[in-house]
Amino acid sequence: MTRKQRRGVLIGVGVAVLTVAVGLVLFALRDSIVFFHTPSDVVEKNIAPGQRFRLGGLVAEGSVKRGEGAKVEFVVTDTLKTLQVIYEDVLPDLFGEGQGVVAEGTLTPSGVFVADTVLAKHDETYMPPEVAKALKERGVKLGQGAAHPKGE
Amino acid sequence: MIVEVGHFALVLAILVAIFQMVVPAWGAHVGDERLMRVAEPAALCQFGLLAISAIALANAFITSDFSVANVVANSHSTKPLLYRISGVWGNHEGSMILWVLILALFGAAVAAFGRNLPATLKANVLSVQASIAVAFCLFILLTSNPFLRIDPAPADGNGLNPILQDPALAFHPPFLYTGYVGFSIAFSFAIAALIERRLDAAWARWVRPWTLAAWMCLTIGIAMGSWWAYYELGWGGWWFWDPVENASLMPWLAGTALLHCAVVMEKREALKVWTVLLAILAFSLSLMGTFLVRSGVLTSVHAFAVDPTRGIFILAIMTLFTGGGLALFALRARNLRQGGIFAPISREGALVLNNILLTTACATVLIGTLYPLVLEALTGAKISVGPPYFNMTFGPLMLPLLIALPFGPLLPWKRGDILGAAQRLMFAAVLAVVVLVLACSTFHRGPILAPFGLALGVFVMLGAMIELATRVRFGEVPWRESLRRLKGQPRSAFGTTLAHFGVGLMVVGIVATSAYREEKILVMKAGETTQLAGYALTFRGAAPRTGPNYREEVGVFDVMRDGNAITVLEPSKRIYDAPPQPTSESGIHAAWRGDVYVVLGDKQKHGGFTVRIFFNPLVRFIWIGALIMFLGGAVSLSDRRLRVGAPRRTGRAIAPAPAE
Repeated sequence: MTRKQRRGVLIGVGVAVLTVAVGLVLFALRDSIVFFHTPSDVVEKNIAPGQRFRLGGLVAEGSVKRGEGAKVEFVVTDTLKTLQVIYEDVLPDLFGEGQGVVAEGTLTPSGVFVADTVLAKHDETYMPPEVAKALKERGVKLGQGAAHPKGE
Repeated sequence: MIVEVGHFALVLAILVAIFQMVVPAWGAHVGDERLMRVAEPAALCQFGLLAISAIALANAFITSDFSVANVVANSHSTKPLLYRISGVWGNHEGSMILWVLILALFGAAVAAFGRNLPATLKANVLSVQASIAVAFCLFILLTSNPFLRIDPAPADGNGLNPILQDPALAFHPPFLYTGYVGFSIAFSFAIAALIERRLDAAWARWVRPWTLAAWMCLTIGIAMGSWWAYYELGWGGWWFWDPVENASLMPWLAGTALLHCAVVMEKREALKVWTVLLAILAFSLSLMGTFLVRSGVLTSVHAFAVDPTRGIFILAIMTLFTGGGLALFALRARNLRQGGIFAPISREGALVLNNILLTTACATVLIGTLYPLVLEALTGAKISVGPPYFNMTFGPLMLPLLIALPFGPLLPWKRGDILGAAQRLMFAAVLAVVVLVLACSTFHRGPILAPFGLALGVFVMLGAMIELATRVRFGEVPWRESLRRLKGQPRSAFGTTLAHFGVGLMVVGIVATSAYREEKILVMKAGETTQLAGYALTFRGAAPRTGPNYREEVGVFDVMRDGNAITVLEPSKRIYDAPPQPTSESGIHAAWRGDVYVVLGDKQKHGGFTVRIFFNPLVRFIWIGALIMFLGGAVSLSDRRLRVGAPRRTGRAIAPAPAE
């Protein structure tokens, strides 16, 4: 084999791997990305039941029903619209009423959001940025109390 | 007073670094030996000053000096000593001090131990290293100064986020940063070589130990972070494809590629251009990791700083060094002479395949991590790219890598014989098939591909050992002869075997725990028993308890297996005093066959608790595998040929390496 042919083989392998990778990336990006919506988005965009998405907002005050079986129910609000959420698992430590939350799952035909993942913040004074941003875009005023839910 | 000394030392360090950046490079340019030589004392001095700075800050944390704003924000007088110390780097400002301290440490190490480096190369390397230090010290001083005072001083501080108060996490940042920053040396060497237009096998020999050291620390740092997430976050998972995890994985992938590629360059003088490019990329990805984590663009436990000026500053640093490095590369790479030629089937060919797959995998991770940011900037749509994307792209790229891995070291340089290598691996392949059949017949659940994954892991582990056996001609010559040969093997050979074995072990752990994990969520009242994966767990009830800086509610679980008491697990829900934040402490019974993992959930209105129980089979293999990879790196690093400051092969046998 000449030097050129050898180099050709290497470049061929490289291009083949890259092609496969690009194919995988495009396929995966089409199939496995998850959109982020607030309760208002869910109403406006008319999201179909069964479609997976991330729901973000604040946990409505007084809405959390926990301690009655492993199932937990709460309401997510962006102060304009609300959405009922069911979650059957242990909630994160920093989950709390009036605080930012991101839940991932699907809508049932009856319009209830069934979450399989609930993310809260990692520390006391922190709001998930996508939630903060989405609420801001909605014109919801995030006072000190909302950005630092416990006001410390 | 001590705090002001630290502050002042930081300012002095910048001045020294500016001096170190300008003078030796100028000396190298005009060929003035004296100007070049000032780089060494400057690098040592810069390290000394930054050490004073770091010690001053640590002192403020240890003595709980609440007149310092950073201590107030991140420490508390009741915090145990270990976490008062780790609190120094448990926040943004302090962690940047650690960053530059390690950067200066590496520079000082090059100055002290790089005795056999050519004068111009050394001067240029230290100069580039100093330029990075200047950028980051300015960043600290202008946007993230930890030495600012607060007046009046409050009586006590806010405390450190309790989930960061943890032994594994106390040491996670230093290791991770040593890894990130260690690649700066490879970067500096690459830039220096491009400036000098001189790149040869000796260059690769100088770069390798530094890259190896950085890679080892990054490996163990990532493993510690994963281990911490596993037991602390209470989700029972060990990797979440979180952008912050990806930020550390990308430099690791590029660094692993660099490590292998530098071998080719050292042994065969081939792939020069590629090695230099990888050295630039590995450090650029480290910088990007720092940017992603520090700028607050990501949701994560690491996002301490949500201050846009900081993000823009780091972005500027990143653009400067990555852009500058790549521009210089584009200008000069053409002039690099071609190295030795090789057939596609050869050791070089195998290492090229390794590089192609690792860098492509790194690129897919990069796309998955940045795509949401880019899309939001362009269209405003908010999306997240989760585990399915990464499993679908990263997994298929790792598959050929793992299959090819045992073949690589068995192929000779220049031109190899794939059939010969396959014959040697026959034993490993047969045993892997046995594992495959056993796994298929034992587990009737889980993904269909899982038994193949297990078999692949076993193949890699055995393949690593066969490579060593081939080297000592085990079975071909009397065993005494083999033993003699084993003793004669260079340490780097053992290092390779260990590291590759660790990879196989990790694969087995990852596949087993991902495919065969068992999980149960239920409500348990005191006295109730539940079964999972052959274990019987009895809930004995819950009771309050008080710790040094927290109160907790502890649930007590008796764990039985086949009628024998195994252990008592005590998962708890804690409330820390400062900050008053709740955390869950999982109860974990660790065993070779797998972990029993219990999380205590909400208290029920009608008595009892929600309880989440996992059985994670072979999950320990993941971190043990990483530890073995680390050890492999350490053994390899102790090889005489790679030893930093070791005399050259042709040199006289005196001048023993210092600090040993």
